[in-house]
Amino acid sequence: MKMAEKRTLTCINCPLGCQLQVEIDGDKITVTGFSCARGEKYAKEEIMHPVRVVTSTVPVIDGEVPMVSIKTDGEIPKDMIKECMLALKDVKVKAPVHIGDVIVSDICHSGVDIIATKEVAKI
Amino acid sequence: MINKDLVVIGGGPAGLAAAISAHENGIKDILIIEREEHLGGILNQCIHNGFGLHTFKEELTGPEYAMRYVEKVIEEKIPYVLETMVIDLDEDKKITAINEKEGVMEIKAKAVILAMGCRERPRGALNIPGYRPSGIYSAGTAQKFVNIDGFLPGRNIVILGSGDIGLIMARRLTLEGANVKMVLEIMPYSGGLKRNIVQCLNDYNIPLRLSHTVTKIYGKDRVEGVTVSAVDEHMKPIPGTEEYVECDTLLLSVGLIPENELSRKAGVYINPRTQGPIVSNTLETSIPGVFACGNVLHVHDLVDYVSMEAEAAGKHAAVYLNSHEEAKPDVTVEAGNGVRYTVPSYIDTKILDKILTVRFRVSGVYENQYISVYFDAKRLYHKQKRILTPGEMEQVLLPNAWFAQSPGLKTIRICVEGE
Repeated sequence: MKMAEKRTLTCINCPLGCQLQVEIDGDKITVTGFSCARGEKYAKEEIMHPVRVVTSTVPVIDGEVPMVSIKTDGEIPKDMIKECMLALKDVKVKAPVHIGDVIVSDICHSGVDIIATKEVAKI
Repeated sequence: MINKDLVVIGGGPAGLAAAISAHENGIKDILIIEREEHLGGILNQCIHNGFGLHTFKEELTGPEYAMRYVEKVIEEKIPYVLETMVIDLDEDKKITAINEKEGVMEIKAKAVILAMGCRERPRGALNIPGYRPSGIYSAGTAQKFVNIDGFLPGRNIVILGSGDIGLIMARRLTLEGANVKMVLEIMPYSGGLKRNIVQCLNDYNIPLRLSHTVTKIYGKDRVEGVTVSAVDEHMKPIPGTEEYVECDTLLLSVGLIPENELSRKAGVYINPRTQGPIVSNTLETSIPGVFACGNVLHVHDLVDYVSMEAEAAGKHAAVYLNSHEEAKPDVTVEAGNGVRYTVPSYIDTKILDKILTVRFRVSGVYENQYISVYFDAKRLYHKQKRILTPGEMEQVLLPNAWFAQSPGLKTIRICVEGE
């Protein structure tokens, strides 16, 4: 009989950073140590399919400020972070920009859009 | 001289939440004074996500979190001035501020909320030998360069200090194509939140070297490298452990200091542990009618708690303005064994909320210890914690009933102890 694998993860969903104990026994994943449902969900996903929200900035043309902050409108697979950043390398947007504006739709075919997280008025 | 019921100094997360709360509690003659070009404070450059889970039950980036409050201020037409710097505050709550358009202005306030935030400890506070080349920045300055101005401060980077901004910048610079060689921490544990170590360092295989520091900086015009040394338990470099690390940039993330020059000028008593004002349970400082909240009071790690604290300060400022009653604290809150400080330091039991939140930090790393609260000699709270670290602010909630059942109460002591 194979022993269940035990791992300790730090939950990243919120700055509380709960310590999660994960027991992996074949297909069965048991999580303890979470203080909200998101913690349990995160631990399972982090083992099976790790994902991250990526945040960055892109230049604004004719904006009151030079850069606008952006994020993936949802999580993307952890191993796609680099590809996502490379795809954003030459992206520029025109002012005005509003929170929630789609900057790049379906980034790297992840099914997730890149959206603006800041208001930038036109000069 | 302009007269105002309430002046809020600082338009960051604390100032905005405090002003909105005072407004909701009936105070309409308010002025928020902000020195930057935009409201929102440091949140504007904190483009990473993870803000607002407690306040809004969703994960926001810094600019989005700030905008929730800025929109409210605009919607409620709460007056504010930008690019205006408060240069003096006196004990009569007279404020001197300057800006380019109006020059010097004097404002007499009936109540003041201090919400100036904090600033980063600079290189000068560290005494690292070497030249003074370019390429040495505080982590927050580098964050402004990258996220606001769109410049990369360097290519090969060493970060000294594992505070949260340093960890966040390790990831940010890596994503922008820089090579972050290592993060050094003089303490045997990181001062940053666990999640940031996981998400910003481990994800990118950036080494975190605990009990290590920079003992020399090389380069005359530009940083060329640093000497990294291991330190002993007294944080003294251990001879023979020196290692040369080539880099063009050194970032410092070595602590935050509440920005209390104005508070000191006014004569507000400062807690030497927090470098912030000593406050009562109404967040009132030693000067009646002057309140403090957010990072100017004590450095927080969650903006959600800043907003909550600021909301309380705004409410209590409104109560003060409506009643003109001075707080007369009758209970002292003592930081006992293992507790570095508490906010508040004093309690006026006549002006108690239903639940009083006491925020504090522990002075070391404790595993499987208990947080206890003593009302004089009587222990009323005793809860085991798997881990306590100085990097994570703790809080205990004291219900009104505990005060009701403790007549003649003099001291509340919060401590870390065994079973």
